[in-house]
Amino acid sequence: MKARVIVTLKSGVLDPQGKAIEGALKGLAVDGLTSVRQGKVFDIELDGDDHATARRRLSEACERLLANSIVENYAIEIA
Amino acid sequence: MRAAIILFPGINREGDIARALRQATGAEPAIVWHAEHELPPGLDLVVLPGGFSYGDYLRCGAIAARAPIMRAVTDHAARGGLVLGVCNGFQILCEAGLLPGVLMRNAELRFICKMQYLRVENAQTSFTRRYAPGQVVKFAIAHGEGNFVADDDTRRKIEAEGRVAFRYCDAQGRIGDDSNPNGAINSIAGVFNDRFNVLGLMPHPENLIDPLVGGIDGRALFASLAA
Repeated sequence: MKARVIVTLKSGVLDPQGKAIEGALKGLAVDGLTSVRQGKVFDIELDGDDHATARRRLSEACERLLANSIVENYAIEIA
Repeated sequence: MRAAIILFPGINREGDIARALRQATGAEPAIVWHAEHELPPGLDLVVLPGGFSYGDYLRCGAIAARAPIMRAVTDHAARGGLVLGVCNGFQILCEAGLLPGVLMRNAELRFICKMQYLRVENAQTSFTRRYAPGQVVKFAIAHGEGNFVADDDTRRKIEAEGRVAFRYCDAQGRIGDDSNPNGAINSIAGVFNDRFNVLGLMPHPENLIDPLVGGIDGRALFASLAA
C-alpha cells in the first residue's frame, strides 16, 4: 500500500527558507499570498493492506527519524 | 587521556580534531567507524567532528544520530564519560537527544565561514576550566545550520542551570543581534548536558591551535580535557 507522510514546522518556529520563497513569489507578482512555510513530503510504500498496522509503522518512522518533534509536526495519509 | 573520534560518512574535520588532541595529550586518538557497535575500552573522551554527515540529508545530523555506534556513545555519556561534538557533531548530539534543542538554518540563509568572537559563559567544566570566566575568545565558524533553537522551558532551564558554554559576541564581549551570526536564541554557540559531561558547539576550537593559522584560542579547550 502507499502512504504519504507530511512533515511541517510547528507554528512559531522561524522558517527562513519559507520566508525567502515567499519573498521570491512576491517578486514574481503572484498576488494574494500572505505567507509561505516550507515542509517535506515522503511517499512511502508498505507491505500488507492493514491500515492500522501501516499507521503504527509510519508513526514509528516519524517519531524515530522523519520528524524532529522539537520543531516539527507530522501528518500521515494512507491511500 | 584516551580519546576516540567517531567517523561518519561525510565528516571532514576528523584530521583537525586529531591534531588538536595530539597536541594537548601527546597521544594518538582512536578512529572509530560509525558502523561499529562498541567503543575501545577505557575511553575518557569521544569526539564527533564537523563535516557533512550523509550530505546533511533529511536534517543535519539526523541520520548519523541513528548510526549503530551512537548507542555506545550514549552509554559512554551515561557512565559519565566525556563527549564533545563540534559543528556537525553538535547537530548529531542534538538529534541523538544527548543535548537539548536543535540547529536550524541560519537566519540569513547563508553558509557562514569566518572568524567569530565568543564569550566563555561557564569556565568550571571539564571542557572549559582552562579559560577564565567571561573570557572573549576567537574561534572559526563554518556552518549553514547553526541557528540554535529550543522551546521556552528548555531555554529557561539551560540558562538557569549554567549550561550555556559559549555565546557569540563582539570583540569586547558584548552580546546582541549585531554579533549573532546565525540567529541562535540568546546567542548560544555551545551547550552542555545536565551533567556537564557532554558539550556541543558550532564554532571550531580545533582550528585555532596554531599561531600560523590565526590564533591559539582553541588550545585551552583541549588542554582542559587533557588536564
